[in-house]
Formats: sequence, structure tokens, C-alpha cells
Amino acid sequence: MSDAGERDAPVLELRGVIKEFGQDPVTRVLDRIDLRIEHGEFAALVGPSGSGKSTLLNLLGLLDRPTAGELRVLGRDTATLDDAAITALRGRAIGFVFQFHHLLPALSAVENVMLPLVLAQGRTRASDRTAALEGLREVGLAARADERTTRLSGGQQQRVAIARALVGRPPLLLADEPTGNLDTQTADEIFELLREFNRRWRMAFLVVTHSPELAERCDRVITLVDGRVVGDRRPR
Amino acid sequence: MPVALFLALKFLREGKAASTLVIAAVGVGVSVIVFLSALIGGLQRSLIEKTLGTQAHVVVRPQEERPRPQLRPAPSEGVIVASREQRPAQRVRSIVGWQRTMAELAADPEVEAVTPVVTGPGFAVRGTASKSVAVLGIDPASYVRVVTVDTRLVAGALPRSGTEVAIGSELADDLGVEVGDKLRIQAAGGRTELFTIAGVFRLGNREVDARWVLVTLRAGQTLLDLVGGVSSLELRVRALFEADRTAARMTAHTGLVAESWMQLNAELLTALRSQGASSLLIQVFVVLAVTIGITSVLVVSVVQKRREIGILRAMGATRRRIAAVFLIQGGALGMMGSIVGVATGVGVATLFRRTAVDPRGQPLFPIEVEPSLVLVAVAIALGTGLIAALLPALRASRLDPAVAIRHE
Repeated sequence: MSDAGERDAPVLELRGVIKEFGQDPVTRVLDRIDLRIEHGEFAALVGPSGSGKSTLLNLLGLLDRPTAGELRVLGRDTATLDDAAITALRGRAIGFVFQFHHLLPALSAVENVMLPLVLAQGRTRASDRTAALEGLREVGLAARADERTTRLSGGQQQRVAIARALVGRPPLLLADEPTGNLDTQTADEIFELLREFNRRWRMAFLVVTHSPELAERCDRVITLVDGRVVGDRRPR
Repeated sequence: MPVALFLALKFLREGKAASTLVIAAVGVGVSVIVFLSALIGGLQRSLIEKTLGTQAHVVVRPQEERPRPQLRPAPSEGVIVASREQRPAQRVRSIVGWQRTMAELAADPEVEAVTPVVTGPGFAVRGTASKSVAVLGIDPASYVRVVTVDTRLVAGALPRSGTEVAIGSELADDLGVEVGDKLRIQAAGGRTELFTIAGVFRLGNREVDARWVLVTLRAGQTLLDLVGGVSSLELRVRALFEADRTAARMTAHTGLVAESWMQLNAELLTALRSQGASSLLIQVFVVLAVTIGITSVLVVSVVQKRREIGILRAMGATRRRIAAVFLIQGGALGMMGSIVGVATGVGVATLFRRTAVDPRGQPLFPIEVEPSLVLVAVAIALGTGLIAALLPALRASRLDPAVAIRHE
């Protein structure tokens, strides 16, 4: 598919997606999910524990495959892609922010941010460091670029993780409770940071959250209960 | 820098303590291989050198004399014939047409040098003292290319004329003679000649040093009643451990008896082979221990880094790249360990050479670390590192990123 085609297609499109685990008995975790996320959308995914949010996020992040149904990323039917193509699409199109930041402790802050670019190119380049430093500047951490991430506070580590997720400017960013492990003030700052990047670069954001307050500040709230989408509304 | 190398080096640096321990373990293993190989190689070279310092690689001599029965009774019914052929005493005999045979042997590409020798028993007589000796008539110029007696002279020189003789150091001591003294040699056949002692040699073999008497070929032929003849042709071959096959080929080609040093020193050869086998066995166990060490550290590393591997996969790292990260770690541990090991091995070998000396301060035997040994040790360590990393690398590459990220 051409670049123009990818720009016109929805970032994510799910039709009748089912995800089951186990064989005997079979447990259906996601049941006929239909969902469409457009470029530039800022959506929240909410639901009680065990509703299937993490499983859905894994499918959307191409970390797992649906048992049935159609999942398209940037218009590409992922069922037709092999493992290598899935990996390549994931690296190019999707950024991840996890609850526990998941930075690599062996690397400095700037090296962590460089990772998506380095992995896409297969080698380190001076320009990757420049781009990563720019990413750290965007999240206010340029001064601590060469420090080991273990020496940063929880909020700072999450900022590094956001810079890492955004450095390749992926069209879609999936955030799994990005503020769940932070105090209220830092959580608020991180959320505003994500919103700012969403507005500036027209990236689509899907944020899994347990906080009704944060969800209400999103453009769209998708509610998942028992593996089904039971609500899809726009708060404002 | 390739991303797999970049990450591998970062991971190694992160686990500095474990990496240092593995490098030390590989280093110890490699140093054992280097030192042991150098030690056993030196010991074997020394043994061979000492053994072959007194003998040729191949000796060609006439067939043994056998009786030829004049009458062979035809068996008839009811008659049993019993016969016994008695082996005659062997006398000193010449190789028929030895010049032609010597030229043929010299032309053999496997042969480095060939020399004619006439040898027989005799007595060295000095005043009332008499010692049983082995008289060797040699052509000094070509003989020293086969048996390096010239490098083992403790006094004087090899005989240059028919009136000169070189004798072993033990014999000189027994008879109380030195260079310049006169010595009467009496051959077993009865001939007696008076010689001037031109040189004294020490070949390191007590029996040889107590019995050998070297005279020129012509003097030997006269003394042993074998004018114009030689009793053996002695050879130095290019491939020492092929001497057996070369000798067999010569026997087939010349019809003479060709015996190699390997046949004459079968026990030594067995000892050398046993030494080589034990050395190999030790090396195999060392390699095994090193492999297990590297594998265990990397397996633990894969378990510890499950979540990081999941993150890397989520960010676009292929399975192959993840495997490469761990393979490179294995290779790097092997390589760094081999550098430490080679340095330690060379150090220990040098220390051994300086401390294990004879009363004269000379090393007991040569112990040298050859460049080829270093290359082999490095290749073994590198290969071991890669093989050891294979299992952890496969495990890492097979991790399901979704499961790995959730791993606590």
C-alpha cells in the first residue's frame, strides 16, 4: 500500500475480532469487536479488570493475532502478513507506552529513546542520537540524556518512555495505563504531554486507563466489558 | 555499529560481574589448553629430539642371511620328514650396488638426507684397559645431516682422515682419554688400527656414549673388512611421523630391509600417543566446562531480560536480531576469555621455562607457545562461545513479546 493510501486509511480497523485462549475449555476473551480509530484521534479504553483491555491492546499492538475476524493497521490486513512483516509494521507504525515504562536499564536515557530508530535501520547512526536528544528535549529531559534511566524518578522515566514511543513519529501510540504508577500531579503532567503531542503531530492515541477523570479528558471513550465493546462515546 | 552488537555490548557491560567471572573462567580454560599443549608439545619434541639425536629416521640394510636347504625331500605316503632350519649368525655384509641405491633414495621427495654407514663390533684398547665398542664408519659431511652428532661435540671435531676417531664421552671417561690421545681399535674380525682421538661427543644416551666409535667411512671399511661396501644406508625424512610408510615403500622398492625409527621405538611412540590422547581429553573437558559456564550465564541472562527482550520485540526487533544479540555476547565472552587465557598461558609457560631448569640453568626441555597454538586456542574459545550461546539465543528469539512484557 502506498504512503498516500496509508494516510487515507484508518489507523486501526477491527471487524468481528475474536480472541480465544486454551483448547479445552476454550475461553473467549474478546468477542466480535468492531472498532475504528482514525488519524489524530485521542481515545481512552476503559473497563473493569478482566474485561479484555490488555488482550485487545496486544492485538492492536500486533503483539498477538486474533483467533478470528479482521484487523487492519493503516489499511493493511494483518492476517496476510508473516512474522517478519508484522514486526516491521509494528516497528514503523506503532509506539508503546507501558505502565511501568519498561526502559532498558543497560542503556542511558538517550540510548533508550534511540532504540526504535536503531532497530528500524539495523545500526546506530549519529542522526539517531540527534533525533533522540530532540525527543528528550520535547519531554524536558535533554539535560539528563546520558544518565542511566535507573537514576531518574518514576515520572522522568515515563517521560523517557514517551520520548521513545514518539521518536519514530508512528501514526499510532498505544499507552497502557501510562499514569497508573504516578502521583496525581505527575500523572496530570504526563497526560497533558501526550495530549500536546497528539495535537502537534496528529498521531492517534489509544490510552488504557482506570481513571474516569482522565478518560473524560479524551476525545472518545471506548468501554469494554466481558470482551465486548459496550460503549463508544465522545465526552465533549 | 550494528544494533545487535550495540545491544550485546551494553548487556555485557550491564552484567559486569557475571561477564568478568565468565571471562575469567574462559581465560583459565584457555590458559590450561595453551600451557598444556605447549608443555606436552615441548616434552614430545624433546623426547623425539633426544631419541633421534642418536639414530636415523630410516635405516636401510641388507636382508638377513637365511640358510637355503639343498635337499627338499618330496613327501610320499607313509613318510614323515622332519626338518629344522637353523638361523645362521649374521655377519657384516655390504648392500649390493649401494651407490645406485643411495642415489635412488636421495632422489625420493620424502627423503631429506641419506648417508652410507659401515658398522660392526670391536674393542677399544688403551694400555691394559679394553672396552667393547660399536665401530661406525661414516662420511662425516653427509652423516651430520642425518644424525646431528656435530652439534653434540663436547671437545674437538669429527674425524677428517683415516687416522682420526671421535668417541663418546662415557667411553672417554672409562678409558681416561681426551682429544689428541692415541686409541687402538680392534675389530671383531681381528684387524687393529691405531687412531688419534679427534673429538668427544655426548649424544645424551648413556649406552651410545659408552660404545660409539666414529671413524671415516674408508677407515671403517678397512677395519671391518668390507672394502668398498657399506652395511647400511641411513636416512632423514621430511615427515617424521610418516617414516613408517616411507620405510615400507623403500622395502618394496629396493628389496632391502628398511626400518623406521617408529618401529625401533614403538614403546616411545605409544607413550607419545598416550600423552597426546590425555592432553586431548583434558582439552575436551576444559572446552565442555567453558561451554557450560557461558551457556549457564547466558541462560540466566535470557531469563532476567525476558521483559527487555519483549520490549525490543515490541519496538520492531526481529527474532533473528534478538538471537544475534545473545550469540554476539557468547562470541565476545569467548574472545575476551581467550585473550586473557592466551596471555596467562604464555605467562605460565615463560615462568615454567625459567623455573624448571637443570643444574646448568638450562630449561629441562623446550616449551614454546607457537602462533598456530594461539590461533587454535582463540578459535576454540570463540567457537565455544558461539555454540554455548546458541541455546540461550534460540530461547530468547522464541519469546512471545506479549508474554515477555507482562513478565514480572
